[in-house]
Amino acid sequence: MQKRLVLDQQQIEITLKRFCYQLIENHDDFENTVFLGLQPRGTLLLDKIVPFLKEISGIEVPSGYLDATFHRDDFRRRDFPLKANETKIDFLVEGKKVVLIDDVLYKGRSVRAAMDAMIAFGRPQKVELMVLVDRRLTRDYPILPDYYGIKVNTLDSQYVVVEWVAQGNPADAIWITEKVTSK
Amino acid sequence: MSQLSTRHLLGIKELSEADIRLVLDTAVNFKEIINRPIKKVPSLRDITIANIFFENSTRTRLSFELAEKRLSADVVNFSSSNSSVKKGETLVDTVNNILAMKVDMVVMRHASPGAPHFLSKNVPANVVNAGDGTHEHPTQALLDAFSMQEKLGDLKGKKIAIIGDILHSRVALSNIFCLQKLGAEVRVCGPVTLLPKYIESLGVKVELDLHKILDWCDVANVLRIQLERQQIKYFPSLREYSLYYGINKKMLDGLKKEIVIMHPGPINRGVELSSDAADSAHSIILDQVENGVAVRMAVLYLLAGTKG
Repeated sequence: MQKRLVLDQQQIEITLKRFCYQLIENHDDFENTVFLGLQPRGTLLLDKIVPFLKEISGIEVPSGYLDATFHRDDFRRRDFPLKANETKIDFLVEGKKVVLIDDVLYKGRSVRAAMDAMIAFGRPQKVELMVLVDRRLTRDYPILPDYYGIKVNTLDSQYVVVEWVAQGNPADAIWITEKVTSK
Repeated sequence: MSQLSTRHLLGIKELSEADIRLVLDTAVNFKEIINRPIKKVPSLRDITIANIFFENSTRTRLSFELAEKRLSADVVNFSSSNSSVKKGETLVDTVNNILAMKVDMVVMRHASPGAPHFLSKNVPANVVNAGDGTHEHPTQALLDAFSMQEKLGDLKGKKIAIIGDILHSRVALSNIFCLQKLGAEVRVCGPVTLLPKYIESLGVKVELDLHKILDWCDVANVLRIQLERQQIKYFPSLREYSLYYGINKKMLDGLKKEIVIMHPGPINRGVELSSDAADSAHSIILDQVENGVAVRMAVLYLLAGTKG
C-alpha cells in the first residue's frame, strides 16, 4: 500500500500553535467562546488544542464532545447503522461563539450533521470550523474551514489518516494512503 | 458489531447477547439525547410507524409514541376498541390495510401469544412486539436490564429476583431470557399457584419465602397481580397475598444490604408494594419509565437501520 507523509510530529505541533494564535486573534479573551470536538476523531484534536491554548494564553476554554451519528444523512443508505459515540456537553451554546473541531474535512456531510446536532444545545451567535486537513477537491456540501492546518488535493480513492500518540501510535503524523482494491 | 441479527423484535428469546448489548449501548446515547433542551433527532424522518394496540396500555403506548416522535418518525395510532376488528376483520387484513398506507414499521400489542410472530411472517414491515398475551414483552425486559445496569454496572453474576404473579406475566418471561443472556442469576418468588409448572426448566430457581429471596437478591423486580387475566381464584384474598408477598419499607430497612426495587407498572399500591416502599430511595420505578423511552428509541433506530 502506498503511503505518503503529509505532516510529521514537528509540523503538527507548529500547526497547533498557529491555530492557538489564530484563535487568540479572533476570540480575544474567549469570554463567549466554546469548543466542540466532533466524534470520533475531532475530539483527539480538541484534546490537544485545549491544553496548548491554556499554555499560551492561560485561558481554559469550555469544551465538549459532539456526536452527530443520529443526524447523518446516510442512515438507511448504509448496509448497517453507525454506532454512536458519547456526546458530552455540559453547557448550552445559546448566544456563544462555537468553534467546531475535526481532524479531516472531506465531503462536508459530517460537519453539516454536526451543525444540526449542535442546534439541540441552543442557537449559537457564530460558528467556526477548524480542521487539521482540508481535502479541498472532494466536497459535496458548500462548507469551508475557518482554520485549517493543510490543504491537500486527494481523490476519492485515497484516505487521509491522522495518527496520534494518544491512540498508541509512535508519533503524531498525517498520511495519505491508497484504498486497497482487490485484483 | 452495530447491526441487530434480526429485522423484527418479537421476543428476547430470539435475540443474541450481542443484540441485547447493542440495544443497551445505543440506549445510553438516546438517554443523553432525551435529556437535552431539544430532545429530538432526525434519524427516522422518512419512516412511518403504526402503533397497533389490541389490548389496553398506557405507559408502553405513550413510551413508544414518544420514542417514535423523538426520532422524528411519522406516527399513526390504532386501537381495537374503535376499529373494524369489532366488525370481524382478521389481524392480517387489518395490518395489511394499514401497511397499504405506506407504513414501514408496526408496533403491536395483542392478547394472543405469538401474534407478532404470525404478523412478521405475513407482512413486509418491521414488527415490534409491545406485549403478546402472557408470552413476551421484550422492550420491558430491555429497559429493565438497562435500568439495572445503570444502577449496578454489568449484570454478570448479579442476583435478580422476580416476585409476584409469574404465571400471567409476559414481563417475567422476557426478563428471565434477557437477564440470563447477560449473565445474571435469576430466581422467582410467589405463591405456588402463580408459578408456572415448568419454570425451573428455564434455569431459574424457585423460592416461596419472600424474606429469604429479599435477603438473597441485589434487585427485586416486583410484578403486578394480573387480576384481569385470572379466570379462577389463585389465592384467597388480596389482603392475604399482601401479607405473604407484599413488600414494605420496614422489610427493606431490615435487610443487611441495599437492594433495588423495580416494578413494570401499573403498581397495585398496598398489594405487591406498599407506598412507602414504592416511593423509597430503593425504588427506581420512575427511572424505568424514563429509560423506557431511550431503550425504545434504540430498538426502533436499530431495526430501521437493519436491512432484511
